Amino acid sequence: MIRDSQDVIVKTLSRLLVPFMVIYALYVIMHGHHSPGGGFQGGVILAAGFVLLVVSHGLEQTRKRLSEKAAGVLSSIGVFIYAGIGALCLILGGNYLDYGKLSKLLPVVPAEARSLGILGVEIGVALAVMAVMFTIFLVIFTVGEFQEDDRSEK
Amino acid sequence: MILPLDFILILFVFICAVAAITIKDLLSAVVILGAYSFLMCLLWTEMAAIDVAFTEASVSASIGTVLMIGCVAKTKRRSKD
Repeated sequence: MIRDSQDVIVKTLSRLLVPFMVIYALYVIMHGHHSPGGGFQGGVILAAGFVLLVVSHGLEQTRKRLSEKAAGVLSSIGVFIYAGIGALCLILGGNYLDYGKLSKLLPVVPAEARSLGILGVEIGVALAVMAVMFTIFLVIFTVGEFQEDDRSEK
Repeated sequence: MILPLDFILILFVFICAVAAITIKDLLSAVVILGAYSFLMCLLWTEMAAIDVAFTEASVSASIGTVLMIGCVAKTKRRSKD
């Protein structure tokens, strides 16, 4: 169903738009702990950038940048960052996700360690959400196409 | 918070919601649901819930619409009932 669009207007516009979407998503993630937004919204905007790339440049071009396997690995890495920061605080003697205890590792005061800890958690959430949203999109839009490809190869 | 603007927005939200569940063409229903999400986003912003409005705009109005358009493209476009 997804094929390479031949429209030069769509291709040029999306090529110009995708970097701005990614920059905006990174802005939303990085400012998530003291302004509206955060990991979930930033991850969704990142995934929307990839969706625009699939719609305009086709599936093969997008697979070169982020394959399904890489998306699966990225979602696991995101969950690992989240759970790892939580467990690190547990090991350092606090509660789960008690970021103040991270000041024993980082050379900062506990208040700033809290800010950095929530930033790390936001980055993990953004990675996981981006990869999972992209995977759901690919699974819905390519259902029934892989079997046809296999049949043509045989 | 401006009360007349609230009522105008909720009127449009109501119209979009009723239209989305009564229309027979499923692609039109998805597009109207996108408009519903955008109007809900405006309503949340107007009621000073910026974070909720942000989530509504990014998740429901963009990714949700794309996923539902994919579902309509993979199944039938006309509703049976």
